[in-house]
Amino acid sequence: MQTMKLTLKIWRQSGPNEKGRFETYPVEANEHMSFLEMLDVLNETLINERKTPVAFEHDCREGICGTCNLVINGQPHGPNGGTTTCQLHMRHFKDGDTIVIEPFRARAFPVIRDLVVDRNALDRIIQAGGYVSVNTGQAQDANAIPIEKDIASHAFDAAACISCGACIAACPNASAMLFVSAKVSHLALLPQGKVEARKRVQAMVKQMDEEGFGMCSNITACEAECPKEISVENIARMNREYLSSVIGTEVQA
Amino acid sequence: MMLDGKIPAGPLTEKWTQYKSTMPLVAPNNKRNIEIIVVGTGLAGAAAAASLGELGYAVKCFTFHDSPRRAHSIAAQGGINAAKNYRNDGDSTWRLFYDTIKGGDYRAREGNVYRLAEVSASIIDQAVAQGVPFAREYGGLLENRSFGGVQVSRTFYARGQTGQQLLIGAYQSLSRQIALGSVEMYNRHEMLDVVIVDGKARGIIARNLVSGKLERFGAHAVVLATGGYGNVFYLSTNAMNCNVTAAWRAVRRGAYMANPCFTQIHPTCIPQYGDYQSKLTLMSESLRNDGRVWVPKKKEDAQAIREGRKKATDIAEADRDYFLERRYPAFGNLVPRDVASRAAKVACDEGLGVVPTGLGVFLDFASAIERYGKSKANSIGEHHADHQRIIQLGEQVVEEKYGNLFEMYEKITGENPYKMPMKIYPAVHYTMGGLWVDYNLETNVPGLFAAGECNFSDHGANRLGASALMQGLADGYFVLPYTIGTFLANDIRTPKFDTNRDEFAAAEKDVHARLDSLLGVQGTQSVESFHRRLGKIMWDYCGMSRTAEGLTKARTMIRELRESFYKDVFVPGTANEYNPELEKAHRVADFLEMGELMVVDALDRNESCGGHFREEYQTPEGEADRDDDNYAYVSAWEYKGWGEDPILHKEPLIFNDVHPSKRSYK
Repeated sequence: MQTMKLTLKIWRQSGPNEKGRFETYPVEANEHMSFLEMLDVLNETLINERKTPVAFEHDCREGICGTCNLVINGQPHGPNGGTTTCQLHMRHFKDGDTIVIEPFRARAFPVIRDLVVDRNALDRIIQAGGYVSVNTGQAQDANAIPIEKDIASHAFDAAACISCGACIAACPNASAMLFVSAKVSHLALLPQGKVEARKRVQAMVKQMDEEGFGMCSNITACEAECPKEISVENIARMNREYLSSVIGTEVQA
Repeated sequence: MMLDGKIPAGPLTEKWTQYKSTMPLVAPNNKRNIEIIVVGTGLAGAAAAASLGELGYAVKCFTFHDSPRRAHSIAAQGGINAAKNYRNDGDSTWRLFYDTIKGGDYRAREGNVYRLAEVSASIIDQAVAQGVPFAREYGGLLENRSFGGVQVSRTFYARGQTGQQLLIGAYQSLSRQIALGSVEMYNRHEMLDVVIVDGKARGIIARNLVSGKLERFGAHAVVLATGGYGNVFYLSTNAMNCNVTAAWRAVRRGAYMANPCFTQIHPTCIPQYGDYQSKLTLMSESLRNDGRVWVPKKKEDAQAIREGRKKATDIAEADRDYFLERRYPAFGNLVPRDVASRAAKVACDEGLGVVPTGLGVFLDFASAIERYGKSKANSIGEHHADHQRIIQLGEQVVEEKYGNLFEMYEKITGENPYKMPMKIYPAVHYTMGGLWVDYNLETNVPGLFAAGECNFSDHGANRLGASALMQGLADGYFVLPYTIGTFLANDIRTPKFDTNRDEFAAAEKDVHARLDSLLGVQGTQSVESFHRRLGKIMWDYCGMSRTAEGLTKARTMIRELRESFYKDVFVPGTANEYNPELEKAHRVADFLEMGELMVVDALDRNESCGGHFREEYQTPEGEADRDDDNYAYVSAWEYKGWGEDPILHKEPLIFNDVHPSKRSYK
């Protein structure tokens, strides 16, 4: 098994109002480890030396829960396309590498500690309208409305968003357009979500602006870094939905 | 004490309908004044919190995650069962009920399971109405696939991300109630105790994980939807933060833990390959629809593969043992999980394992790729396609069905499963045991309810694939919102609970003391190292097969480990800050108690059934030997204090409508 000696430069920050800094740590890893297992090894070492371990968030370690969120060498979720931090493996690095690890940075994502940030702004955007207003028990038979396979599949592609925030961390403007448009598209494409589509897009965009996310300037770094490869076509769709909703209804944003 | 499951009278098929129509209700004007705490936001918790909010109750909902959408239900891959009979293949509520009871090896209640099968169809309706993008056919109608242990296709799915899509549906409904103000959401809050007032559950103590402060919350009733305890094994397919603490704290306050030894070992996970490994990754059971499980017939071949001298594709067809197809011709690769797991273990124990540790078998898609390729070629008019073209087309079809799973496998192992068979081995995946609840999902502590994987109710000794999502959502959307009324109807005059009461202060003081004691040890060993050791004991002695001797030894080892934990654990930092190591420490402390109870339960159950396989009790062919005369009961354990033996309460299982027979998949 190939052992690699690495140098980690990790962002340490003890609280939201404290000043942060990079700290350097040597670590030994091997190519079979996942990136987070490599950080586990570092933390085990720090604990054994009675030092404060590096705080980072993670949970499922299968690339689906959206909890893990590291900027690795300048890229959200690291160098591999379509991959979350937890699914990144050390075989993509080599002996002697220096790896810089930072939190997802955005005005709307205040740092809690070290690499942990507060992403509740994303929840509040969903609360503004990212749902279908159906109470438990109100549904008709599931097969009552056929949905074209391709449309269902497109809706799925948008619904695959894991709400990690990489699109925002990747964007120089810290814009949340890809995240918001994925939800707008997922629901607007389906007949069940179409009913409220106009109201939804206005409410969600309004909340997005209030949270302090930046504007979209079509750089498309969001799509490039999205671990679920959500397409910027969704942003185009949201812009269309938004425009037609503002022009076409009395509900003004 | 004889436990009363409170199963309503009447014929099995009428019980739920009649009960629903006659149970006490709470009027809308009273609901506004009644508070309910829901802990956990997975399928059961999010569905319950949203539905209770819609009904008009004042709900407070808690999760230790940064967002309710992170709960581990999100990782469920394969699908969700429902007795819709859209395939016209003979499915029915009765058949789903029967399959579930049989799959659970006759260790679940008839009444509960029938209700589960009954409400299953409404779950699919509800999810579609929420915008869950289930797989569809070209006609626009819903697609199904089959899963282990059944002979119909009743599993609805959303690629390999069914849990994610269902959870997002529930999360969106919950978000709507949060926006409307009927649910107050507390993210990054971990429940560390239940508060009991006059014998009833009336609140919780939660730790704000950002500030570290303990906070008190009162309510008329408390719902725990906090998942299973599979992480007691350290390595499992559970997410890193899944834990037993909420449930175990309820046990410490008097709730009974039922069937704790019933754990599910899932047959298709990526094998372990290093000591640093933090978790195991599941490969969906749906893969067994098309993947064939095999090992080489000859030990020399297996050894050559382990040492890298041969590849899977070097082994001739005649030298392969498709052991599930051989042993269980009727169900083949689609036998239930417990059966498939044990068969893989037997093959590896015989020295036929195909990974360096010896613990791994093949899951091979070559035949499926060829079969699909031929059929696809015919469907597009290429009747004379050559082999290469057929494989190309077949790979496309397989990618459509399982693409994201194949991709995940490749990311983790670095091997391409389209070209080489996957290597898999069983791993801990789910816990059928959980808090004892009656038909109302109420524990023996009045006002304390448990839903989803957190309770023990529906899966007996083995859960069938695609039934966890079904049960979580059934409990959350369609059962608990009704049954909780049976308790709350007597509480309409009870005012809101003042959290300055003595009971809240005392519980908070207990939690403080517990956290301080963990921080105070200041020993030399990390929390993680204790968890790893506990996991190894559990896996070695209380895993896929168990013996009285091993279990007795394990109990002593766990007690010693627990003692050493409280003498030498090192938890850095303080209680008044964001401190993940402290969170881990109190979770592991509770696992160290839960682990012992699992061993005690496994030792009590002198039979083999479902996931509980005692080597002493097997048929000559090596199948589980169940003992209905002596063990047709639910074991509900009462905690009696530190170091004391727990007390066993038995709830007899009575079968009026199905006759427990030998479970055969041959």
